[in-house]
Amino acid sequence: MSQASHQWPLWEVFVRSKNGLAHKHSGSLHAPDAEMALKNARDVYTRRSEGVSIWVVPSSSITASSPDEKDPLFAPSDDKVYRHPTFYDIPDEVGHM
Amino acid sequence: MGETHSLEDRFQAFVEAENKVEPKHWMPDGYRKTLVRQISQHAHSEVVGMLPEANWISRAPSLRAKLILLAKVQDEAGHGLYLYSAAETLGTSRDQMIDDLLSGKAKYSSIFNYPTLTWADMGAIGWLVDGAAIANQVMLCRTSYGPYSRAMVRICKEESFHQRQGYEIMMTLAKGTKEQKAMAQDALNRWWWPSIMMFGPSDDNSPNSAQSMKWRIKRKSNDELRQEFIDKTVAQAEFIGLTLPDPDLKWNAETGHYDFGEIDWTEFFEVIAGNGPCNAERLAARQKAHDEGAWVRDAATAYAVKQAARKPNPSTQTHAA
Repeated sequence: MSQASHQWPLWEVFVRSKNGLAHKHSGSLHAPDAEMALKNARDVYTRRSEGVSIWVVPSSSITASSPDEKDPLFAPSDDKVYRHPTFYDIPDEVGHM
Repeated sequence: MGETHSLEDRFQAFVEAENKVEPKHWMPDGYRKTLVRQISQHAHSEVVGMLPEANWISRAPSLRAKLILLAKVQDEAGHGLYLYSAAETLGTSRDQMIDDLLSGKAKYSSIFNYPTLTWADMGAIGWLVDGAAIANQVMLCRTSYGPYSRAMVRICKEESFHQRQGYEIMMTLAKGTKEQKAMAQDALNRWWWPSIMMFGPSDDNSPNSAQSMKWRIKRKSNDELRQEFIDKTVAQAEFIGLTLPDPDLKWNAETGHYDFGEIDWTEFFEVIAGNGPCNAERLAARQKAHDEGAWVRDAATAYAVKQAARKPNPSTQTHAA
């Protein structure tokens, strides 16, 4: 029980499933340091050849946007339809563009 | 006035539209509490679930069987970790959950309070217990809480090996000598009823179910899941020539399902209340593992602190406090 007051820090685990693809969030785990976090991540998240590379990041280092500000944060990209190729009418005769 | 919606109403509409709830979203206290209880119980079940099977690792009948069993038990530990992590996103701590398990405050699946008497029990557990767990977990892949759903997707991918290896053990024994077949039948006799109890009390006796369904935490009722499991399992038992120990089990052409006998709910509630054959033994084993692992946790912490102090780069410091 003596350890109850200092729980190991939380780490977020990102796994690259194969070379050429980006690392993707797999989950999280507790570990005393980065090295142990990597070893634990190997055992917890890649028991079936799920990855060729692992990143571990202290959860406390991640700054996340808040869902409450989702609308104001992302609204500017919603009203710019001209950023999408389908906005433009190009005659079929021109061919694929 | 008609335009004002309470946060609860908006939340309800959000989940009914099949949106996933994420950790930072607003959610009703009841939703959060239900999930913390359910996910932590689920995590505890994975962890305690290692014990009945660990009992047979050293006595597995072949190296192949031993390697498989080791891999399966390691998976269960992994599943526990995925689930503890999912529960932690709701604001509870790992230490709190472990304390609640060890103090007996938190529950885990009643099935793990039954003893594993023979090698055939490894088969029956994989086939029936993991089979029942899969039925529940496949449904939970569509649960409304994002982190729980993602943990379930990962777990389901891994569970199917568990059920197949169990069925293989039963099949091998059923095709073996008379004694081996009898051993398989005996394991089936002992595990069948506890397995179908795993889905929980019947719907009219399960007060929290309706709210969980409304919040889209659960997507199917206990009775629905139980019926699906029984319907699937009957043919699997027939195929290997074993008999499900229920004289009332018979096909009902009208409903398109198998009818089955009365479940002994007194036994179920007794086991839940802590009076099953192995409740005390299981908790004692967890407590022992926790206590005997303390020096390892302390050493790892001390090492991390020492390494961090040596390193000039402060970005790798630990947050031991």
